[in-house]
Amino acid sequence: MPEAQPLTVRQLHQQLQQILSADIHSCDAKAAVEPLATLPRSLQEYVLNWISRLSSTNIQIGFQFACKAAELVVRQDLHIIDTWLWHTLDIYDLSGIEAALEVIHNVDSFLHYSQEHSAGVVLEEEQGVLQHFLQGLSGRRMKLAEGEQPYTDSETLYLPPIVAMLPSTSENFKLVKAMAAFQWAQNRFGSFRQPLLEQLQLQDDDAFLPLYQAIDNLRLELCLQQELPGLFRDLQALRQAMGEKELPTKWQAIRLQLQDNPFDAEQVMTLTREHLGSLQGYKPRSYEPSLRYDEVVMRQNERIEKEQARLKVALDALQQELAPDTAAQTAVAGEPPFQADKVPDSTQPEGFRIELSLNGTPVAMPELVKNLISSVMMDLDELPPDYLVPAATSDYDPRLLYDEKSTTDGAATSHEEGTFFYKEWDHQRQHYRKNWCAVRELVVKPRHDDFVRSTKQKYAPLIQQLNKTFEAMRDEDKLLKKQPEGEDIDIDALVEALADHHAGQEMGERLFTRMHHSERNIAVCFMVDMSGSTQGWINEAEREALILLCEALEHVGDRYAIYGFSGQTRKHCEIYRIKAFDERYSDEVRSRISGIEPKDYTRMGFAIRHLSSLLSEIDAHNRILITLSDGKPDDSDNYRGEYGIEDTRKALIECRQDGIHPYCITIDKSAHDYLPHMYGAVSYTVLDDISLLPYKVSDIYKRLTS
Amino acid sequence: MSARVLKPEENYITAEPYYQPVGNEIKIFEAAYKQNLPVLLKGPTGCGKTRFMEHMAWRLKLPLITVSCHDDLTASDLVGRFLVQGGETVWVDGPLASAVRNGAICYLDEVVEARKDTTVVIHPLADDRRVLPMEKLGQLLEAPESFCLSMSYNPGYQSVLKDLKQSTRQRFVALEFDYPASALEVAIVQRESGVDEALASRLVKFAGMTRNLKGNGLDEGASTRLLVHAGKLIASGIEPVTACRSAITQALTDEPEMLSAVNELASSIF
Repeated sequence: MPEAQPLTVRQLHQQLQQILSADIHSCDAKAAVEPLATLPRSLQEYVLNWISRLSSTNIQIGFQFACKAAELVVRQDLHIIDTWLWHTLDIYDLSGIEAALEVIHNVDSFLHYSQEHSAGVVLEEEQGVLQHFLQGLSGRRMKLAEGEQPYTDSETLYLPPIVAMLPSTSENFKLVKAMAAFQWAQNRFGSFRQPLLEQLQLQDDDAFLPLYQAIDNLRLELCLQQELPGLFRDLQALRQAMGEKELPTKWQAIRLQLQDNPFDAEQVMTLTREHLGSLQGYKPRSYEPSLRYDEVVMRQNERIEKEQARLKVALDALQQELAPDTAAQTAVAGEPPFQADKVPDSTQPEGFRIELSLNGTPVAMPELVKNLISSVMMDLDELPPDYLVPAATSDYDPRLLYDEKSTTDGAATSHEEGTFFYKEWDHQRQHYRKNWCAVRELVVKPRHDDFVRSTKQKYAPLIQQLNKTFEAMRDEDKLLKKQPEGEDIDIDALVEALADHHAGQEMGERLFTRMHHSERNIAVCFMVDMSGSTQGWINEAEREALILLCEALEHVGDRYAIYGFSGQTRKHCEIYRIKAFDERYSDEVRSRISGIEPKDYTRMGFAIRHLSSLLSEIDAHNRILITLSDGKPDDSDNYRGEYGIEDTRKALIECRQDGIHPYCITIDKSAHDYLPHMYGAVSYTVLDDISLLPYKVSDIYKRLTS
Repeated sequence: MSARVLKPEENYITAEPYYQPVGNEIKIFEAAYKQNLPVLLKGPTGCGKTRFMEHMAWRLKLPLITVSCHDDLTASDLVGRFLVQGGETVWVDGPLASAVRNGAICYLDEVVEARKDTTVVIHPLADDRRVLPMEKLGQLLEAPESFCLSMSYNPGYQSVLKDLKQSTRQRFVALEFDYPASALEVAIVQRESGVDEALASRLVKFAGMTRNLKGNGLDEGASTRLLVHAGKLIASGIEPVTACRSAITQALTDEPEMLSAVNELASSIF
């Protein structure tokens, strides 16, 4: 089929005016569309689509992109442009319009790592693989993050968000991997040892640092050659593909000097002093990181203090475990009970490994101690004797000993204690907003009143009936008869078989009894709507239903949890704990059910994401998330209508991907309009009459799980 | 060529199985055996527990009866049951009973996999009574001097459901196994697979990398056994990176990101 005619300037202008409404001056818009008119129709559609997606977030961003678009789409792979625009939107969400516009204006620097029309690698997509790769390589756990230039602060490796310097994806991936490995090597092979950094800080010649770095990079390459020959071959191939020249002769001589023992980082300092002023640096390789020594020093200082404290406390725990009686003595004597020895080991790059002994006997190091020691060795190149003196937890500030509870991957918008951040799906953008909802987990304030008793009284006959049905669902051992194999002989079957045999028939083979142990192994989480609209009857019906359900569930023995949810704007998303999985159905829980109150709005996506993450931690064959709700998703910000429905739908899709079955029970009569879209045709029930809720919930539960 | 058919109690090991001691485990096992104490071998999969048992069976010149435990293993699977033959019921010893009767070594492999009510039947055998009650026969079977009970257990599976009962584990002398120190592991890989030292030490280094990933996406790192498998493939002419992929990476995980990360590690190291 031939491609449709390109849109004319006039048509484009009209469409743009529609998308951008009156906010952009007509003349400006016209200037922007002129170059677009030269594009083929498919690219025009692509650009218009993006302008409308961007404008749904911010008109300015949409307009600025419109101005750059024509030039970009002919030069770049569309996948790369997509990523760049998503990145822009993330920046907008995180730091506002100024920062986002800057990203658009600096398109050139962003595309520095790109070649025309190449199939690039997007860091976000490869992050999982690279993270595992680094974890496999090293002892100290390295984080990965996006940075405009590759460098490391000795704890995080920064890599460009997109790399597209080479024609194929596999080559570009090799380049990213090489960048990551090189930064790992800086850490692992001693580029950041504290004594070296101290000497570097004393240098006042501006030429010193670049030269030092160039020599050190050369050394690291030699380290990689010995340690990871496969990766080294990749480096060579990359240099060739990038058209990077061989080293100048002078540098080749230096390389020879380093070759004997590249793992000795000290010699770089000597060599730099020797050649300062007489040697020009070579053009850095594409995979070589830039250096930010001040950041390294800052991280290192924090880390050294932390790790010293942690190691001493960990050794204390180890001593208490292995030799509790000597612990008290050494504390008095002051003689370190632990000793660390360097034992020759040819499989290690340094040629030795550290072995720990306690009062002269070698001990196996727990993982934590091993990691701490290797990290300390990376910083200091030795274990100062003081590090081996055990110390009690109480000697230190807890902030030194424990990391703050990490929230989510990547940057968070705030560091409030106990706040979780969840993404949210923006259907207009067709992309997630990262760390969008700030979720706090609160406990429902218990109300000690007559509610539970009166409910139990009101529904006494129903409760009795439910107890019976639910009891019948319990796990139990069943004695199966007439089995082909089993522990015991089934006498009835044997008599029958013998009779058959006497009658001249073939003797049956199913002669045994076998004990069959059936296991339900179900975990279920109830997600209860606590929005303001549940005020009155609905709230009461919800609470009654929960009481009945708990009574019934106690009989069947399934693991269950109950959480309420409500919220007002993305910054105040609240999950109310009523019963956690490992909590007993106690008076406290009962009075919390009684205390469920209507709160704010019905923002659903975050609640589904949070509760699915709780459910995923439970080891069960079947995991079910049941929502009790009275209406469609809604919040006071833009979570109304399609946005809320689409986000909830996306959250439910994620939930299914995690192996959780979502189900919804609602009393909203118009639910048929949107629930099939969100939950699928068979995963919901609409109740016509709220008073039926207590009767129905247990019934539905039974049907769902048996 | 046809397969050799053996009764379990005739399973004497005649040729010395290669076993490279890491510490004094052989001495401890022998001492425990002399004192009629049962032994528990703890350690991750593929670190040599089963090979150690074969080696000990060879040393002690006893038949080795191995039971691989699974979650459907019942007490009668161990002790024995009645079968019907030609209209008559006939008692057939289970592997545990036949080990006791013949004074052999009974080795319960991966004992946590068995149901808890099953492990209880070994209790009277595992303390100083040394008897096996056979309820269905109404008999007590007393173990001869040479009978030896041992079992293995991988504490790595950190599931609450799969833990040994205290009453079981406190009857055993425990031997802890782990992957051997790297120099030793290199020697083992070399000897078992026939690759040269340089390649063996690359394989061991690769194993170390996968062990770094334990608990961060992998349940277990590459075991010594997997290294030997990879080594054998390499020795028969398979390219090292390919051999690692088939023999190690694919055995460790099915998760696509982890697979490619481990493959990247392999291709970096060779």
